[in-house]
Amino acid sequence: MSVNQSSFRAALLDAAAPAPQGLQDATGAPAGRRYDVYRNNVVVSLTEAMKLAFPTVRALVGPENFDSLAPLFVRQHPPSSPLMMHYGADFPAFLEAFTPLAHLGYLGDVARFDLARRACYHAADAVPFDAAVLQRPPEVLGNLHLVCAPATRLIRSRWPVFDLWQRATDPTAPAPRPVGQAVLITRPEFDPEVHLLPTGAATWFTTLRTRSLGAAIEAATAAAPDFDFATTLTLALQSHAFCTPERTPE
Amino acid sequence: MYDQSIPSQQLPNAVGVGYKPQHFAELLETPGPVEWVEIHAENYMGDGGRPHAQLRALSERFALSVHGVGLSIGGENPLDTAHLARLRKLLERANPGSFSEHLAWSTHGAEFLNDLLPLPYTDTTLARVGDHIAQVQDTLGRQMLLENPSSYLAFAESTYAETDFLAALVQRTGCGLLLDVNNVFVSSVNLGVSPQAYIDAYPLDAVGEIHVGGHDEVTDDHGAPLLIDSHGAPVVDPVWALLEYTLARCGPKPVLVEWDTDVPEWPILRAEAERAATALALAPAC
Repeated sequence: MSVNQSSFRAALLDAAAPAPQGLQDATGAPAGRRYDVYRNNVVVSLTEAMKLAFPTVRALVGPENFDSLAPLFVRQHPPSSPLMMHYGADFPAFLEAFTPLAHLGYLGDVARFDLARRACYHAADAVPFDAAVLQRPPEVLGNLHLVCAPATRLIRSRWPVFDLWQRATDPTAPAPRPVGQAVLITRPEFDPEVHLLPTGAATWFTTLRTRSLGAAIEAATAAAPDFDFATTLTLALQSHAFCTPERTPE
Repeated sequence: MYDQSIPSQQLPNAVGVGYKPQHFAELLETPGPVEWVEIHAENYMGDGGRPHAQLRALSERFALSVHGVGLSIGGENPLDTAHLARLRKLLERANPGSFSEHLAWSTHGAEFLNDLLPLPYTDTTLARVGDHIAQVQDTLGRQMLLENPSSYLAFAESTYAETDFLAALVQRTGCGLLLDVNNVFVSSVNLGVSPQAYIDAYPLDAVGEIHVGGHDEVTDDHGAPLLIDSHGAPVVDPVWALLEYTLARCGPKPVLVEWDTDVPEWPILRAEAERAATALALAPAC
C-alpha cells in the first residue's frame, strides 16, 4: 500500500479522518496514534506562530479563547509560504466573518494592527531622514517630496485601535473611547513604536506617498480644518517615520 | 554531482548552540565553550531590522551554520525555486560554514505545513530526493548536509533501511550528513531497533555536523513508549551516551545543542553546551 503525500496531507488537518493505510508501527500494526503526532505538531506549531503574530488580538479575546480560536483558523488557512513571519494575512478577514465574535467588531482592524507591527519589525533598514532638508524657503519646501521609511505603517480604523492596543498591553489603561482612530507605526532602530495620530494627520501621511508636502498639507486641512501641521511634523520626525529626504523635484 | 574536492569553509570540531534571540547579550558576554551558532534560515529572510543586525553581530564573533526548515526536499512536487533563491541570498549574506536541511517534506501544493513530514524509502523517493539535493547544491554552489528525521511510524512500502537510503544519497549527490543523535534515539525507540546498531550502519564518513536535543515521552495505542522530538527539554542520559558512542567511532565533529521550545535561561543551555564540550574533549581522534 503506497501512501502518497496527498493522502498523508488529507488526514493531517482533519482530526475526524482516519490515519492513512500503509503507515505502521514496529510490529506492522496500523500507526494509529503515531500518525496523530504529525497532526498535533502541525496544529500546535501553527497555533504558536499565531500567538506570536497576534499578541493584541490574543490579549483582547483572552489567551484561552485565542488558543481555541487559532486552531480553527490554521486548519482553514494553512500557510502558503515557509516564511512564518508572513503567516496570518487572512486572519483579519477570518475574524470579521467569524459569527460567534461578531460582537467584537474591532478584532479585524486589531489583527491588521498586529500584522502591521510585525511587518514594521522585519522591514528593510533605511538611511535616517536629514531634517536639515527642511531648512529651505517656504516656496521650495511646498514642492518637497518626503518619503516614508520602509518600516513605517499607517492604520486607519473606524474603531479606537490605539486605545484597544493600550488596553491590551495595560489592563489599567482607560476604557477605549467610542471613536475611530489612526495610528502610525515606526521603527527608530529595531523596536516598532506606536503613535496615535492627531486629526488630519492620516490624510497628510497618505497624501505624502504620492504628492508634495504642500499638496499633503492642503489635503489634510481640507479633510480636517483643525489639522495641526507643526505637531504632526514633529511627531513624524521624532518617530523616524521618514527616510531618504527628497525625490527629484518635479 | 557536487565536487567534494572543493570544501566550503568548515565549522570547527567544537560545540555550537541553536541561536535564540533572547540569549543574544549573554551568548556574546559568556559563551562558555560555544564556538559556533546555528540559525534557522527562514527566520532571517525578512528585509532587515533586528534579525539582520543580530546575524551580522553573531557572524563577527562565531562561526555560523544555516539550518533550513522550509525547503521540503522530500516533497513530491518540484522545489520552490523562489524559496531556493531566498536561501541563496541569505547564504551570500551570512557566509556560513555549513548549510543543512532535512530528509522530510513540509510543502504540499500551495500549502506549507510547518512540520517535518516523513517519506517512504524506495527507489522512487531516492531518485526524487537525490534530484532535489543536486538542484539545491547546484543553485547554492555548495555542499549541503542532510539531517535524518525523528520517526514516529514506518511506511509499509519502504524497501531501504534509513541508513542505506542516506548512504545512497551521499553516493549519488556528494552531499554531507547532519547526524541528529537525538533523532536516532527517538526513531530507534519508536521503531523498536537498537540506536547503536543504527550508528554502526550509518555512513559516518559523510558526517559534517551532529545534533543533540531533548524529547518528550508518551505512549502509543498499545502502551508502547512513543518519543516525540520536542527540542523543549534537557538532553537525556541515553542520548549523551549515544553521542559518546558516535564520537568514539567518528572522532570529533561540530556538535550542536538544540533547544527550540520552552527555551531556558542562557546558563541552563550553556551547561548543556559544557556537557557536549566534555564529550568532544574525550572523543578519540579518528
